[in-house]
Amino acid sequence: MTLNLVLSEDQEMLRDAARNFCQKHTPIKQLRQLRDSRDATGFDRESWRQMVELGWTGMAIPEAYGGYEFGYGGLGVVLQETGRTLTCSPLIASVLLAATAINKMGNESQKAELLPKLVSGELLATLALDETPFHRPTQIATTAVLDNGRYRLNGHKTFVLDAHVADLLIVIARTSGNDIETPGVSAFLVDANTKGVTITRTSMVDSRNCGNVQLDNVVLSADSVLGEPGQAFPLLDQVLDIGRIGLAAEMLGSIEEAFKHTVEYLNQRQQFGVLIGSFQGLQHRAAVMYSEIELCKSAVVAALAALDDPKQTATQIAMLASLAKAKLSDVFFLVSNEAIQMHGGIGMTDEFDIGFFIKRARVAQQMLGDATFHRDRFATLQGF
Amino acid sequence: MSSLQIFRDNTRAWLEENCPASMRTPMVQEEIVWGGRHATFKNPDSKIWLERMAERGWTCPTWPQEYGGGGLSKDEAIILQQELQRIDARPALTSFGISMLGPVLLEYGTHEQKARYIPPIVRGEIRWCQGYSEPGSGSDLASLSTKAELQGDHYIINGSKVWTSYADKADWIFCLVRTDFEVPKHSGISFILFDMETEGVSTKPISLISGASPFCETFFDDVKVPAENLIGQVNDGWTIAKRLLQHERTMISSFGLSKGQSDRGGTTSSMATVEGAAKAYRGDTGTLSDPVLRDQIAQFNIDSEAFALTSQRSVQESKHGQGPNATSSMLKYYGCELNKRRYELLLQSIGSQSLGWEGDGFANEELLVTREWLRSKANSIEGGTLEVQLNIIAKRVLGLPDMLSMANKTRS
Repeated sequence: MTLNLVLSEDQEMLRDAARNFCQKHTPIKQLRQLRDSRDATGFDRESWRQMVELGWTGMAIPEAYGGYEFGYGGLGVVLQETGRTLTCSPLIASVLLAATAINKMGNESQKAELLPKLVSGELLATLALDETPFHRPTQIATTAVLDNGRYRLNGHKTFVLDAHVADLLIVIARTSGNDIETPGVSAFLVDANTKGVTITRTSMVDSRNCGNVQLDNVVLSADSVLGEPGQAFPLLDQVLDIGRIGLAAEMLGSIEEAFKHTVEYLNQRQQFGVLIGSFQGLQHRAAVMYSEIELCKSAVVAALAALDDPKQTATQIAMLASLAKAKLSDVFFLVSNEAIQMHGGIGMTDEFDIGFFIKRARVAQQMLGDATFHRDRFATLQGF
Repeated sequence: MSSLQIFRDNTRAWLEENCPASMRTPMVQEEIVWGGRHATFKNPDSKIWLERMAERGWTCPTWPQEYGGGGLSKDEAIILQQELQRIDARPALTSFGISMLGPVLLEYGTHEQKARYIPPIVRGEIRWCQGYSEPGSGSDLASLSTKAELQGDHYIINGSKVWTSYADKADWIFCLVRTDFEVPKHSGISFILFDMETEGVSTKPISLISGASPFCETFFDDVKVPAENLIGQVNDGWTIAKRLLQHERTMISSFGLSKGQSDRGGTTSSMATVEGAAKAYRGDTGTLSDPVLRDQIAQFNIDSEAFALTSQRSVQESKHGQGPNATSSMLKYYGCELNKRRYELLLQSIGSQSLGWEGDGFANEELLVTREWLRSKANSIEGGTLEVQLNIIAKRVLGLPDMLSMANKTRS
């Protein structure tokens, strides 16, 4: 089935509006200020309120739950723009991951109660999945034991986006099975203030907001289960794929911006009496990056289009998600390294913005699975 | 029902009726139809298939009906392509007339020239070759020195070309010649067509590292060509030459698409996918047992798929009026690198069975891998080297300063 790989007019308008907003309200300067002031929230509440007003939180949510049904294609172009300015916001944690999880896995009353609050921005949520320094969504050691109609959770979660500001955690825990099986994996809605939940903010290299979550005998009512107990994995995997594709869109924006700054520098810096951009040793490396970025654009636009195409199967989407996340991770690695090298000494200074991109690159590369994780998954999906 | 849906239904029905069964099997190299005065059809169905497709102009689906083309819109042409793929139909005709000359004739030729040259291309009656590179002019193509002197109503052409693909089998040549030696090199070139049977034209095949001889040296010794065979304006041939190169690059870039490979008769059953070959030769049934090779193949497949999506996107964007232009250089560069990677991975995948030259101990498809691996090394040289493509991207797309042109200005 042929996917539409060109943005619609509506999507183009949305992209232009998002680009204007980010340049005006959430430039890289904002990230720098938040970092330097060790801001307790880690993002700008006023900017977030405006993003809610612009409708970004409800893009892929059904109208019945307060959303706008503009599709993942819409959310994708927004994320690409926030990626350009390395915007700090709860969009990935609360909208792309948590709202998607509730929308895909939740029952009617959970969706009716939670989704409108996530769209209005009054509730912030996140997904607590990883337990080790590596993304291994099938290997869940956190336990949830059913006892007298209540679940008791014990375990440790790490690399949880926006954990320190989240009101609600979606905690992935095991209700049965050993810790490498997918049956037995369950999802729980956990109020961040529940007794036994300890959240520690972790200061990451890219100033992206993350945290660790400790769960000590956290007692939950039976209706806290999101989806079917023990059967969460297939839908969770689909949620993760949406997250990977959305994250890939954000990475694309960051890659394009880092590359743009680099080419501008080549066209401006003089050595030996000429612009350094006239050196073939740099030109060819820039042209190779350009080509790789063109492939990234296609991978992202195809994966986003697949999410909005009801004819695409979960397996087809999984392959496009792993393709996009693997490819974008590799190219973000390449472009962020070359960006520093081509900027020379000035690229090593904190004063210059280009360093923010290599920091964001490494964090984004690992989040939701790095390139080797996704190549392994892609090969398995292709039957080898 | 929409008109496109009706078109799809009719096309599907016509193909069911008219595409012979043997034309729905993977192409084998010996049966590729190049057409021309001396065309041979090893499989008689190939001739029937060509005639039926040419009759409708579907060998050149989007070209104007006035000149024998199919007259299809871009949307209809995409549907035709999808329906051909659906039944795994072989290309009815493969020719440089279709992929290179035709598009520039339609853009730059006069009505008389189009009426004369286009219909025989559509029907596969004339086989064309490309007179571009010269012994002293490879990447620096514009330095070419084959000379065309106007004498009355004829040009007299002297010089030689090299790497002329299938010159020994071609009927006509589209050729770059120098018509003015007194001006800067790009401004004295003209684009001219002539019959390879004209007195004074001779060819000599070049034996390649793969053992094959698809390329020739071509010599012109006082070749007399009617002046009306010149396309466009005298001394303005470089514009046409560059445009044609964009079409050539788009064609060559398709080598990077897995489908494109089978069009050239390159890949056969067990070599159809690299992972399939790697598993078969190791006796693996589930996961490929070599984890490093598995990762490399996955990376290759991901890049291939992203490249195929990029080709599709380029077509969709050109339909939306956003144009291909310098994109052809990016596609050419990436597609050729991918095809070379494919063959290196195939060599690793089937081990020493990929290294036979001829004779016993090797299956035909294994020997084909050896030869095609060697052949693939030309992909990043022909149609402009990968370095030339990267130069074009740097200059035309990224707007980086052109040191070469600064150097040339200083020299002249």
